[in-house]
Amino acid sequence: MSVSQPYVSVRGMSFSRGDRLIYNNMDVDFPRGKVTAIMGPSGTGKTTLLRLIGGQLLPDSGTIMVDGHNVPTLPRKELFDLRRKKMGMLFQTGALFTDLNVFDNVAFPLRVHTDLPESMIRDLVLMKLEAVGLRGARNLSPAELSGGMARRVALARSIAMDPEIIMYDEPFTGLDPISMGMIVKLIRGLNEALGLTSLLVSHDVEESCAIADYLCLLSDGRVIGFGTPEELINEGNDEVRQFLRGEPDGPVPFHYPADDYRSDILAGVN
Amino acid sequence: MLGKLLDQLQAVGRSGTAAIEAIGRGTLLLKNSLFWGGPGSAGFYDLLKQIYSVGVRSLIIIVVAGFFVGMVLGLQGYNILIDFGSEAALGTMVSLTLLRELGPVVTALLFAGRAGSALTAEIGLMKATEQLSAMEMMGVDPFKRVITPRLWAGIISMPILALLFSTVGIWGGAFVAVDMLGIDDGAYWGNMQASVEFYEDVVKGIIKSVAFGVVVTWIAVYQGYDSVPTSEGIGKATTQTVVISSLAVLGLDFVLTAVMLGGV
Repeated sequence: MSVSQPYVSVRGMSFSRGDRLIYNNMDVDFPRGKVTAIMGPSGTGKTTLLRLIGGQLLPDSGTIMVDGHNVPTLPRKELFDLRRKKMGMLFQTGALFTDLNVFDNVAFPLRVHTDLPESMIRDLVLMKLEAVGLRGARNLSPAELSGGMARRVALARSIAMDPEIIMYDEPFTGLDPISMGMIVKLIRGLNEALGLTSLLVSHDVEESCAIADYLCLLSDGRVIGFGTPEELINEGNDEVRQFLRGEPDGPVPFHYPADDYRSDILAGVN
Repeated sequence: MLGKLLDQLQAVGRSGTAAIEAIGRGTLLLKNSLFWGGPGSAGFYDLLKQIYSVGVRSLIIIVVAGFFVGMVLGLQGYNILIDFGSEAALGTMVSLTLLRELGPVVTALLFAGRAGSALTAEIGLMKATEQLSAMEMMGVDPFKRVITPRLWAGIISMPILALLFSTVGIWGGAFVAVDMLGIDDGAYWGNMQASVEFYEDVVKGIIKSVAFGVVVTWIAVYQGYDSVPTSEGIGKATTQTVVISSLAVLGLDFVLTAVMLGGV
């Protein structure tokens, strides 16, 4: 497969939850070996998109190709194989196993999926923990970790099996500036060191622009802008620019749709 | 008026379909998790760990409850039987009551409250904190990894706990009858030995408690897995586990007893 081919390719994908259409016939490509930030207002289904790519949700129609495999139609066993060999996901809360300590959390996928001797697992785990700067925290339990540390441990765990793609679900939410800086550095660094394809769901414009090669802006179930941060900031349409600049009013109105203000107020008088 | 009536009818229908859907999801969960093997399947060590947490850690409540239930049976039985001059049959009465009925049933009810609710809360919290999702994304099937060993731990633990309950209960009965009320030692144990049959009483009690083990653990893991992943949802699921599995145990007990006695 050539390098230029996108790692994830979504075609004609529709997804609805209950009566609400979240994605309507969406097409989008995520390039191989790059960091792409998926951005958009809250409730547009950014995290849903990651879950669709990971096969945890099934679209109503359309294809989601991950490195040549159509995820929605994969049999259960092959889907698990694909996740094991190629995918890593970092959840917002870290999702560490609370009954295991830091070391065992990172060792978990290795112990489950490989027959490596314990001495080699130890080396691998320490290497992964060193990469996120937490080799010294190996004996702590998840309850003893700060939010930022938990996320770094989770990151070490998600790279334990050397995936080809990592999906980050809101990695910056609720972190102090130092922890945020560490996560930003790690995402960029890992992407380059391991040649990963990274997808990043976020609404932190500044951090995302700092590390992403491409931005993908979603709104109302479709892609409203895709390109490098500079392109979008300078050349995006009004809605894209409103989002990236954080303007309170614009194509996305400040006011929730309502009747005429004047007649609404006067209606109470009568 | 008519509209309100229709609304109520619809609500009845909705709760009916919701219940049937829940049974369907529960059956699927059982199908996916009953057998070992699959992506990232749990091993023997995980089973031992779960037997420890659902079985071994229920020991104290089972043993203490069994002892008290046995003592009460001894006391009540003595006061009933003494009127007929047949207090020598007390050992028989206590042991048959425990082995056939109270052992399996009370153990299952206590198990639902002690271990079932804990299983539901644990799995519900794993879901709420995305641990189950994280497992899936690591290529580990949460059914095989999380549910299967817990389900089997419950199925294995329940009959052992029920037997322990009955055993301790019989001792409790003996403690009251022989040591406190002065019934003849030989009469208590001898009549028991003469009348309790291994297959008719002990094995049938074990069969009951295996069935209760399946039902209680199944309901507990299902409620956890299917819970709404919020603190309110997990609280509700935990309550549901205790309520539904208690009722299921009592209902199933009648059915099993009827089938085993063949009298209905």
